[in-house]
Amino acid sequence: MATLEIDNLHAEVAEDGGETILRGVDLEVRSDEIHALMGPNGSGKSTLAKIIAGHPAYEVTGGDVWLHLDGDEFDEEIPEDMQTWDLLDLEPNERAALGIFLGFQYPAEIEGVTMVNFLRTALNAKLEEREELFEDEDEAEAEDDEEEDAGYETSPMEGPADEGEIGVAEFQQILQEKMEQLDMDEKFANRYLNAGFSGGEKKQNEVLQAAILEPSIAVLDEIDSGLDIDRLQDVSNGINALRDEQGAGILQITHYQRILDYVEPDHVHVMLDGQIAQSGGPELAEKLEDEGYDWVREEAYEAA
Amino acid sequence: MSSDQDHLKETDTEARFEFKKEEKSAFETGKGLTEETIRVISEDKDEPEWMLERRLRALKQFQQMPMPDGWPGAPDLSEVDIDQIVPYIRPDIETRGGADSWEDLPEEIQDTFDKLGIPEAEKNALSGVGAQYESEIVYQNMQEQWEEKGVIFCDMDKAVQEHEEIVKEHFMTKCVPPSDNKFAALHGAVWSGGSFVYVPEDTTVEMPVQAYFRMNSEGMGQFEHTLIIAEENSEVHYIEGCSAPKYSAFNLHSGGVEVFVGEGAHVQYSTVQNWSKNTYNLNTKRAIAEADGTMEWVSGSMGSKATMLYPATILKGPGATDNHITIAFAGEGQNIDTGAKVYHNAPDTKSTIESKSISKDGGRTNYRGLVHIADGAENSSTSVECDALMFDNDSTSDTMPYMEIQEQKVDVAHEATVGKIGDEDVFYLQSRGLDDDDAKQMIVAGFIEPITEELPIEYAVELNRLIELEMEGSLG
Repeated sequence: MATLEIDNLHAEVAEDGGETILRGVDLEVRSDEIHALMGPNGSGKSTLAKIIAGHPAYEVTGGDVWLHLDGDEFDEEIPEDMQTWDLLDLEPNERAALGIFLGFQYPAEIEGVTMVNFLRTALNAKLEEREELFEDEDEAEAEDDEEEDAGYETSPMEGPADEGEIGVAEFQQILQEKMEQLDMDEKFANRYLNAGFSGGEKKQNEVLQAAILEPSIAVLDEIDSGLDIDRLQDVSNGINALRDEQGAGILQITHYQRILDYVEPDHVHVMLDGQIAQSGGPELAEKLEDEGYDWVREEAYEAA
Repeated sequence: MSSDQDHLKETDTEARFEFKKEEKSAFETGKGLTEETIRVISEDKDEPEWMLERRLRALKQFQQMPMPDGWPGAPDLSEVDIDQIVPYIRPDIETRGGADSWEDLPEEIQDTFDKLGIPEAEKNALSGVGAQYESEIVYQNMQEQWEEKGVIFCDMDKAVQEHEEIVKEHFMTKCVPPSDNKFAALHGAVWSGGSFVYVPEDTTVEMPVQAYFRMNSEGMGQFEHTLIIAEENSEVHYIEGCSAPKYSAFNLHSGGVEVFVGEGAHVQYSTVQNWSKNTYNLNTKRAIAEADGTMEWVSGSMGSKATMLYPATILKGPGATDNHITIAFAGEGQNIDTGAKVYHNAPDTKSTIESKSISKDGGRTNYRGLVHIADGAENSSTSVECDALMFDNDSTSDTMPYMEIQEQKVDVAHEATVGKIGDEDVFYLQSRGLDDDDAKQMIVAGFIEPITEELPIEYAVELNRLIELEMEGSLG
């Protein structure tokens, strides 16, 4: 079980004289919950997503982002002093190791790196980093000494060592299973990461990665844009499975009601000018669909 | 991957390439280059008179030719002083031209190659390995089945003795004459060791032929010659690996490679080189392809202070094909000037050049290429693609493609891209759990994938590890 707690978050673009984008965001997403984050273009939704994941282009000027963990993925008790993490102090890969996942609106295309190689490397890196984060310092030192004495084992001519906790064969099976669930062609496994993928394939791939990396909190940035109706259903099924089967908390950024017909949110938030201006249940999304954002703006500024 | 393990792996690789042995040689010429030196080398090798004459003629040419000069962006060679180079060192082994078995080699040499993994390659039943230590091939082995087919694989010095007629006809005559350039002339004068590969007509050598060259002594030059002759409709893949440890004085590597691709024959020449940061790597490599022959060059150039290397193919017969895949990596203080040359001298010839370069910490990579399509080389086509990847704003990458097209009915394409390692790409991989270093390494590994997929797995792994080592320090 995990909770992502965002408290009065302020942020600007990291370069000199950068524009202020977030002006005090408060939000809490728990495991098993689906939150929809809506709002007009330029209101700060994508920036919030990137800051949660640790993107270096933004500078946090105030507020906090906490991750509270009650148990790990096997629901084993985590020691009390390691339950709360200040995400802003951590590198992006450390955040990933603790269970934060960002589904990108425009994922990078990496030529020459096959999906299967990338995903296995990422999963093993995550598992290893996680272990290190939870290891106390004495243990870490003891292990360091041990590793130093272990010496060198592989020769350059022997070929790649099968590094990591999850071996090639085991991973193939995991991947195949997840791809079947998402109705993805198995030849994807040997294609280069996102290279030459259609918009829909890229989105499907983001959900596939989330399914494999098993995050506790998944932030999905406009995962529904550019999808035809069949793909939208596949992607939605994938997102529902993240919650229903893996117990992930979902923060889904979207412009449209459309995806919310398939992925029903527990909570809907409207972002305006870098703040959460309105929160409610699924009915809020429907109202936005019918009436647009103007009324939210009016209410927000009247209140102010 | 944890940073601890990373450290281990790097140390591991570093230890493997940077160790050096105390010099223990049977014979060396001493520094400098005179007619007397050449005579001594030739005599020590017990060479026929014609070879001595060729060496002396080449020496004269070397002395008369100017250093390459006035090339835009070319490496600075002012430090290359041939009088400071020891051109010839024979290691201390009893048998000239290679020990018969691994165990016969002196322990220090065994140990050196052990660290480089040569015996492991053998254990993996890779067909043949010749290993050159300093100036001589010290070990080689070839499967009997090849010998039965008439395939010859031996070191070049031995070839001069045992296959004199073939060598006399092909050695630096039609393919790489000493007059080609100053360092080809130098090579012709002082060459020593290297590989000789002869594949008879209609013979396919299924497994790659391999050689490994190691320059171990300080301030020496290495001038190995590789001569590959593939007769009509034969097929062979030759692979060469090279490395040298770091010393304070500069080293010079000036190899020569000549490849004869017979009608309908197919030769692939692959090399992964890792020279120390003070080595000047100035080579001449050329192939001549007869009708319907195919020549493929695959090269990874790591290390060296400066490299000037432009493997060339002359497409002499109609329907001949040439493919070049090259990768260069330049770090701090390094200038890797490399590319390809192709001469389309017959109709229906085809060439592709794919060049990839990576530069970081102020390193400089150049692609310097020449495609010449002669008048009458109808229906020929060429495609050149150069991609450069840079780590930072201090590094430089230039593309200098020359196209000399004298025929109308041809198809010519050139494409070049230059990019920095993208912050968004790195962030994407980090958000999936990879740390900064691993993310960059993965991007670079993907960038060079077209090269690694052409190589047997051991060399691909080696190349990836070398690049990891090169990237150390620029990261984190």
